Amino acid sequence: MTSQNTPANTADDCSKNNTHTINAAKTDKQFTFALAGNANVGKSVIFNQLTGSNQIIGNWPGKTVDRAEGTLRFEGHDIKIIDLPGIYSFSTFSMEEIVSRDYIALERPDAVINVVDASVLERNLFFTLQLIEMNAPVVLVLNQIDVAKNKGILIDKNKLSALLGVPIVFATATRGEGIYEAVTEAVKIANSKPKSKQLKYHKDLEEQIEKLQHIIEKEKLNLTYPTRWITIKLLEGDTEITKLVAEKSKTVILHLKLISSEFEKHCQEKCFSIIASERYALTSSIVASSLQQEEISHPLTDKLDWFATHRIYGYLTASAIIGGLLLWTFFVGNLFSGLISQGLNLIYSVNPELSTSTPILSIILNGFWGGIDAGLTLIIPFVIPFYLLLALIEDSGLLTRVAFMMDSAMHKIGLHGKALIPIILGYGCSVPAIQSCKIMETRRERLLAAFAITFAPCSARTIVLFGMVGLFVGIHWALLLYIVNLAIIFTMGRIAMKAVPGKSTGLIMEMSSFKRPSLKIALKQTWTRTKSIIYIVFPIYIIGSALIQILYFYDILTPISNTLYPLTVLWLGLPAFAGILLLLGAVRKELIILGAAAILGTTNLLIGFTPIQLVIMALVAMLYIPCVSTMTMLGKEFGWKTAATISLANISTAIIIGGLTFQILNLLT
Amino acid sequence: MQKSTQDYLKTVYNLSKNKEEVVTTTEISQKLDVAPASVTEMLKKLAEEGYIKYSPYHGSTLTEKGLKEAQKITRKHRLLESFLSNVLRIGKDKVHQEACQMEHSLSDEAEESLCRLLKHPDTCPDDNKTIPACDLPFSNCEECIQLHEKGLEQVGKRDKNLTSIRELKSGTFGKISFIRGEHKVLQRLLDMGLTPGTRIQIIKIAPMDGPVEIAVRGSKLALGQNIACNVFVEVE
Repeated sequence: MTSQNTPANTADDCSKNNTHTINAAKTDKQFTFALAGNANVGKSVIFNQLTGSNQIIGNWPGKTVDRAEGTLRFEGHDIKIIDLPGIYSFSTFSMEEIVSRDYIALERPDAVINVVDASVLERNLFFTLQLIEMNAPVVLVLNQIDVAKNKGILIDKNKLSALLGVPIVFATATRGEGIYEAVTEAVKIANSKPKSKQLKYHKDLEEQIEKLQHIIEKEKLNLTYPTRWITIKLLEGDTEITKLVAEKSKTVILHLKLISSEFEKHCQEKCFSIIASERYALTSSIVASSLQQEEISHPLTDKLDWFATHRIYGYLTASAIIGGLLLWTFFVGNLFSGLISQGLNLIYSVNPELSTSTPILSIILNGFWGGIDAGLTLIIPFVIPFYLLLALIEDSGLLTRVAFMMDSAMHKIGLHGKALIPIILGYGCSVPAIQSCKIMETRRERLLAAFAITFAPCSARTIVLFGMVGLFVGIHWALLLYIVNLAIIFTMGRIAMKAVPGKSTGLIMEMSSFKRPSLKIALKQTWTRTKSIIYIVFPIYIIGSALIQILYFYDILTPISNTLYPLTVLWLGLPAFAGILLLLGAVRKELIILGAAAILGTTNLLIGFTPIQLVIMALVAMLYIPCVSTMTMLGKEFGWKTAATISLANISTAIIIGGLTFQILNLLT
Repeated sequence: MQKSTQDYLKTVYNLSKNKEEVVTTTEISQKLDVAPASVTEMLKKLAEEGYIKYSPYHGSTLTEKGLKEAQKITRKHRLLESFLSNVLRIGKDKVHQEACQMEHSLSDEAEESLCRLLKHPDTCPDDNKTIPACDLPFSNCEECIQLHEKGLEQVGKRDKNLTSIRELKSGTFGKISFIRGEHKVLQRLLDMGLTPGTRIQIIKIAPMDGPVEIAVRGSKLALGQNIACNVFVEVE
């Protein structure tokens, strides 16, 4: 298998059209394969391997929020690959479950590659049974077979395959093992279209299914879903399917009520519970006859787990992760920033005196060059180490431990522990972080988490903070601002919790096992994320920087500064041109520091600001408004009214806190 | 069950102060205003069906099965009396007669709702007699109100001495006996493998009233305290 990446990936991790070639030959057939399975089993790893794309991978459940698409050429076939979000069942617990089941039942992919975690086979097969019930053409990929072996789990492939009636492939996707075989099997299935095996439950339940199925068949409902599957869903009390059937036939619903109430009385148990129990009875009997388990202890991961969830060390770990991430970013970033800056100065250094004598030259040299200079010294060196460490943390499984430890604290702001994962991702970029709020169960929780994220210092704000305060005032001031920020997130979270009606749900989260993070994956992910900055954002810096020079030179910016004068100068104690910076920052937060450098004509910001002004500027920048991309994301997810309300809350918080801080600092000095 | 059967069982229940006390045919005949011969015939039939123990010339006692039915119908009767009198403000002299008519057609579901509506009354207004307890799986009335108000459901059975997993120490093994919660939460827990009868182990409990981590079917799950306290196990 060859492996070559196409340079397609662009904006924030969302690129979905990549072509990848395996043994290119002439096309004869086109297929669509879907990747389906529980959360966090390695679907995205396989997807990336197949399509050469760069879906974000992390060791926490729920990364793939929308379905991703890619293409693959495999032995003469053009294959479209769909990566479905990770789900545990086809019930109606979440949107993802409904979307996935509709995709599989209605769009009918030529094969469903069901990726399962071989070390948690029983739970994973619960979902496989439902795929088979839907008559989906399943290829079962037992992924992380190496981890399973390490845990002492031995699986009899042939026996399992015979019991389920589907082909089985062993895989270790992170090393690319088993992927070729999986596609080969999927192509075979797509060509032969075998009938799926009918898996039978206990005879009491089968009787009820038969009774109801008979009635449904007699009524000729003409539904796209398989009848047996519909029958079981009706018995489970699935709201969507019941509604669908009710529109077509009242008779079926009438019989359903009779059959299920009688059956419930007979078993003294709710139907949906009986069916879940029956499914699990079947999976556990299948697992019992095809799997052997030896007891193997894992002193290292057990110790790590013990440490990360200890009543003291656990919280230390949690704060060390966030604090360490920031410190690491600052020190590594600072080091490289200095080196790059020296290197660039050898080529050309920005000369502020040019602006008075030769305006055109000044725009070209100071504007364009200044943009490149600031981008390379103030942004890139900080972004790369940040994303690298974040990717390693994401891949290790530490985030679920932090979520576990912080659950009770998160309840105080109307959320549960899982919300901490998007919030920590928000320290990277608010846009994908808000997208990943989909791992929360209700709209209210998604909204509260997204609101908290708008206050979390994303990497752009971190750059402003480090670039303004860390470099010119002192790192302890920058860290103090982070702590102030945490307090603000908490306070605003509490206010939001009281303001948004509804109640909180509880935490139900799979604890992914610890693993050694893969440097290769982390580097790849860092590159994906940095690439989008270089390709998309860098031109904005450069053009923007030149534009500011022009506007500044021709004195077009003064009215803006003057209008905002009462706010910036009188209330916040900032220099007048801060008004322009705040407008620029609404587009992208880094533009605050780039704009300052462009206006001042130097990257030494102490020329235009006092240390106190830098602190206030950074504090306001951290809070005052979600950038345009974030606002767009908020609007898309929650509607424009909500997005506007959140922005207003941000602005007023920034004005109040910024002004008060200025007054306090003034009194102190 | 026939209306007359229910009336007989109710009468035997009301006339006997405890299960052991024998009620004579004459007493029943007087109370129901029916000829003794007809009463004897009916009692024989009830004995055949297993509701009472009947010995000629001596009298009748309720069996376990009969007692359950009699309590059920008496409960419905007295709940209806309370409803007619306290809510509809119908005169106390009339409520008994009304309730006698309605009790036979009142469904179990309506009975449960009526009980909640009346805030779980202990006695009926007619003659201040005790309303028999319901046979629903609640440990007390408070729980019935709470579950209903929160829209909670439950799966599994609670017939043994059970403990919530929130109260257990790490390392303990237990079998899921029942779980209560909102429908969606129950569905998710079942999907994740927490079906009644499943063996689980408590791995650890996060500090500060944090979540409980459990091992179930080879996977590890973290459940927040508000969910964990509604998952009950039979400790091994």
